Amino acid sequence: MEEIIISTLQRTLVAATPLLLATTGEIITERSGILNLGIEGVMALGAVVAFIVTITTGQPWLGVLAAIAAGMAISIIHAFASITLQANQVVSGLALTMLGLGLSGMLGKPYVGKPLSIKMNDIVIPYLSDIPYVGKVLFIGGPFFYLAIILALASWFLLERTRLGIQIRSTGENPRATETQGVNVFLIRYLSVLIGGGFSALAGAHLSISYSKSWIEGMTAGRGWIAIALTIFALWNPSRAIWAAFLFGGIFVAQYLMQPLGISPNFLSMLPYIATLLILLLISLKDPKKLNAPAMLAEPYKRGER
Amino acid sequence: MKDISKSFHGIHANKDINLVVKSGEILGLLGENGAGKTTLMNILYGLYQPDSGQIKINNRPISIKNPIESITHGIGMVHQHFMLIKNHSVIENIALGYKDTPFFFPKIQLKKKVEEFSKQFDFKIDLDQKIWQLSAGEQQRIEIIKALLNGADLLILDEPTSVLTPLEIQELISILRLMKAQGHMIIFISHKLDEIMDICDRVTVLQKGQIVGHAATAETDKKSLARMMVGRDVVFNIDKEKLEKGKKILSVTDIHITGDKGMAAVKGVSFELFENQIFGIAGVSGNGQRELAEAITGIRKVDSGSIRINGKDVANKSPRQIYDYGVSHVPEERMRFGIAPGLFLYDNAILKQHHLEKFSKKYFIKYNQVKKHTNSIINNFKVATYSIDNQTRNLSGGNIQKLILGREISEKPQLLVASHPTYGLDVGATEFLRQHLLELRKQGSAVLLFSEDLEEIFELCDRVAVIFDGQFMGILESDDERLCDIGLMMAGSKISGFH
Amino acid sequence: MIKITTTDRYNITPFRSLMTNVFSLAAGLFVISIIFLIAGVNPLFAISEIFSGSFGSAYGFKETLTKAIPLILIGAGLTLAFRAKFWNIGAEGQLLMGAIFSTWTGLTFGDALPSYIIVPMIFMAGFIGGAFWGIIPAILKIKYSINEVISTLMLNYICAEFLTMLIVGPWKGKARFGFPGTDNLPESAILGVIPGSRIHYATLILAIVCAIVLCVVIYKTRFGYETRVVGENPDAGKYAGIDFLKTSLIIMAISGGLAGFAGVGEIAGIHHYLGYPASVSSGYGFTAIIVAWLAKLNPLYAIVSGIFFAGILVGGDAIQISLGLPAATVEIVNGTLLFFLIMGDYFLNNKISIRLSN
Repeated sequence: MEEIIISTLQRTLVAATPLLLATTGEIITERSGILNLGIEGVMALGAVVAFIVTITTGQPWLGVLAAIAAGMAISIIHAFASITLQANQVVSGLALTMLGLGLSGMLGKPYVGKPLSIKMNDIVIPYLSDIPYVGKVLFIGGPFFYLAIILALASWFLLERTRLGIQIRSTGENPRATETQGVNVFLIRYLSVLIGGGFSALAGAHLSISYSKSWIEGMTAGRGWIAIALTIFALWNPSRAIWAAFLFGGIFVAQYLMQPLGISPNFLSMLPYIATLLILLLISLKDPKKLNAPAMLAEPYKRGER
Repeated sequence: MKDISKSFHGIHANKDINLVVKSGEILGLLGENGAGKTTLMNILYGLYQPDSGQIKINNRPISIKNPIESITHGIGMVHQHFMLIKNHSVIENIALGYKDTPFFFPKIQLKKKVEEFSKQFDFKIDLDQKIWQLSAGEQQRIEIIKALLNGADLLILDEPTSVLTPLEIQELISILRLMKAQGHMIIFISHKLDEIMDICDRVTVLQKGQIVGHAATAETDKKSLARMMVGRDVVFNIDKEKLEKGKKILSVTDIHITGDKGMAAVKGVSFELFENQIFGIAGVSGNGQRELAEAITGIRKVDSGSIRINGKDVANKSPRQIYDYGVSHVPEERMRFGIAPGLFLYDNAILKQHHLEKFSKKYFIKYNQVKKHTNSIINNFKVATYSIDNQTRNLSGGNIQKLILGREISEKPQLLVASHPTYGLDVGATEFLRQHLLELRKQGSAVLLFSEDLEEIFELCDRVAVIFDGQFMGILESDDERLCDIGLMMAGSKISGFH
Repeated sequence: MIKITTTDRYNITPFRSLMTNVFSLAAGLFVISIIFLIAGVNPLFAISEIFSGSFGSAYGFKETLTKAIPLILIGAGLTLAFRAKFWNIGAEGQLLMGAIFSTWTGLTFGDALPSYIIVPMIFMAGFIGGAFWGIIPAILKIKYSINEVISTLMLNYICAEFLTMLIVGPWKGKARFGFPGTDNLPESAILGVIPGSRIHYATLILAIVCAIVLCVVIYKTRFGYETRVVGENPDAGKYAGIDFLKTSLIIMAISGGLAGFAGVGEIAGIHHYLGYPASVSSGYGFTAIIVAWLAKLNPLYAIVSGIFFAGILVGGDAIQISLGLPAATVEIVNGTLLFFLIMGDYFLNNKISIRLSN
């Protein structure tokens, strides 16, 4: 019994990892005022690039770096369209999704089914990992998991306790006022989109080289879209995102747990998406004004005179 | 500032401006809305670039390309609409604006510095409060702190008292006097004569983008300043025919309206309008006109009082209902309420009339009728466009306004509410519109005209009311001599004997 | 010093609009060629394969028309939704719901009724299914301010799972072995095709008729007028007395309903039974977004735009076979073209002047 609980919790954390990474990135992007709906595509691209580089070089961390670079590079297109050209951010994000999914499908074709035989050792934190129950769950884990937690906490720190964070958040709330304080709104927004893209690509890298150690089209399975919902659920706060990701990781894992109970697996598959809607509904009922959303989210900012 | 000029879309906002400020001095910049004061200061602050001219500090010419540079040169600005992030705390806003904010833990580190600073001026502000929780006066103080923290020698204040209560105004004045004693330079932009006389050492008057006078406040008086600001010795050259007023169309009784920011915008206004009359409400923008117009046309709710059209109370009814009562509106915010910018001309020509039987039959819109109607508007009102298939936003402001006016007048309304109808229009369009308002009056409608342009008020109106701070300062017939004091009324003095 | 300034462009003529689209597509194709080149594929060959596969042969063209049917239907519906700035990403789910409703109707009543009764019935059922799935996000948005992008997306996934649940469970066909699915629809419910092709002409005609009708609705009716005003400027809409709630519900009912029609077409016209979601719709709901955008939100243009993108889909199938590229490659083409269309819009709305100044 204990084994089952521990293993369930561990799998929850693993499932939460990509969600946390992508959500954290999107939080930063959205707080600067830009909506990036393309992270599903960026995640897929990150996954495939990480896989290809890792399987070719045998170095997973090289794969990770390559994935981040690719994620940032492709996000520039969306940044350019949304920020400089002030295009409709919804449509631009969708185009990014299509592009990302397409590129990853094309690049990944030769690698479908090829197994990745690198070993990614769990990180074991001494002493703490000997705590019964909790120790095995929280203090032994894959490197990506710890990376995700660190990045989430670091992002929180960046947004709430640094000057750059104030600038980013102000840009999302009131770009005009921010600009008059001497801050380069365009630059901040570009930076935020790139960071978001990098994080989403990192999430994808986790999927392909740590989670499943393989590549197949569609392996992101809508996690990017869920991350966008989680951004709202976490009220644009990276530390809340940790709990949000855990919750949804748990829902993913619950699918497998409940199968032997005879519940239709398809119904279980629906759970994450239904849960997303329910949670948005709850938030809306509790706080209809959604006071936490960056005030100028998805509004193009036209700099300058009159 | 020397020979500064700046134009937007071909209209001069500033022309050949020369301005000098000395340290330890408060200079007032006086003028009506649209006179060019804010534009000039935005140039000084680096938000706009002048088309020509120079800025010199201590006789050294400098160029200011953006706000950071002006901050470096010691210039700070408190804008009329505060540049604050409402959802953030005081200290976060200060950290955003301060040029040497540390990267890590800015809030904690700055708090100390700000607290020391505030002691100097005896500010008492809770640094962790959110901006939206603060009063306007407190918010303004933060703007001042930001400027001073950055080492501003010159502080520009744009209409600083427009959002303050009388007590807060007094507090502001003491702060400014303290700063002046410390050697700062202050430019105080205002349209309120009392304040200018009270606070400033010298005053420069702008009108329609140009300087029309300088004075030292000790050597002048409100009347002379008012005359300079308004630009003319008020002479009546009415060449409109006198008409007998018809039956009462509109009756507004003791209206109270709350504005967007929660403060009272209209504080007890009453008046009546009759057929064959143009009733003008003069006053600088921001004194309650917008809210009053919006209430009469149904966009805004009234707190108390009544608005009667032909005897029926229409207060708080919907815009459609009020329209059906015979009230048309040329709105102040033309792009927001007047038209749907991306639609074609003929679509906008029936924006409020599309439900009328004349234009729609069952589910369909009779576009033939609509287009005919549009063409007649375009011809009668000389709307310049290459075709009615043009997107409305492509038209110039003047032509859009003509379209709106044409649309609103076309249904022969009983009452036309015209809010600043000639604002931003060229001379030709302006005269044209005014002629049409007179025509409408002759044909038996009542016109309620809100305007800042005194020339317009005198040219068109049979009766004039002056609004200041949500109340009328006086209602006068157009041949009343006391109208020459209209500048004073606009700046806050009630006509003797008026309630 | 190179100085680049942008100013608003005042005279946007339909010709300029069209030419901008053409240039955008051309630029997009150019970039796609480069992508192919980098991926080690001969771009000229790939692109010519795409177009010859879809328009160059009789078979290809017939396939293109077949795939154009759902694209025209959904694309037309989306032009309406997008005009009201309602970002309906849920057409996939609405299509599937239409398929579900119509299959049930067909299987339940089809045996007892002749074609001329059952066929309209299944189309109506499909419309109702799609409309139902489309109204839900509209209500969520208006009453609960839930962003419609997320809600429509989630509903896509939910519907897909729901469909799978049905066909492996209660709706599993008695005569079906191997891949799960319902029984075949009865003969009377099956749509006729143009001989020698898979073009279920009834749906094709329906698609074109709907596009035309929708065009009339948008440009000639009061409702269309109100939709356009509300999408352009909700403040002006309120001022003009337009009921935002009612208008939004009708818009989404139509958009969802048309997607539902597309679902009916796929089932009753092509597959004849309800199978896995992926077999019913190959991403039509998403491709239709670009169809609508290229059509500049005019349902009539969606006909041409739909055929164009159907060609790309068919071509994508063709190069999947001949070059061994995965079908997702088509998404690259779609995404790139969409980006260039967006960028083209910018050049359409702004005049760029480049000056060399000292």
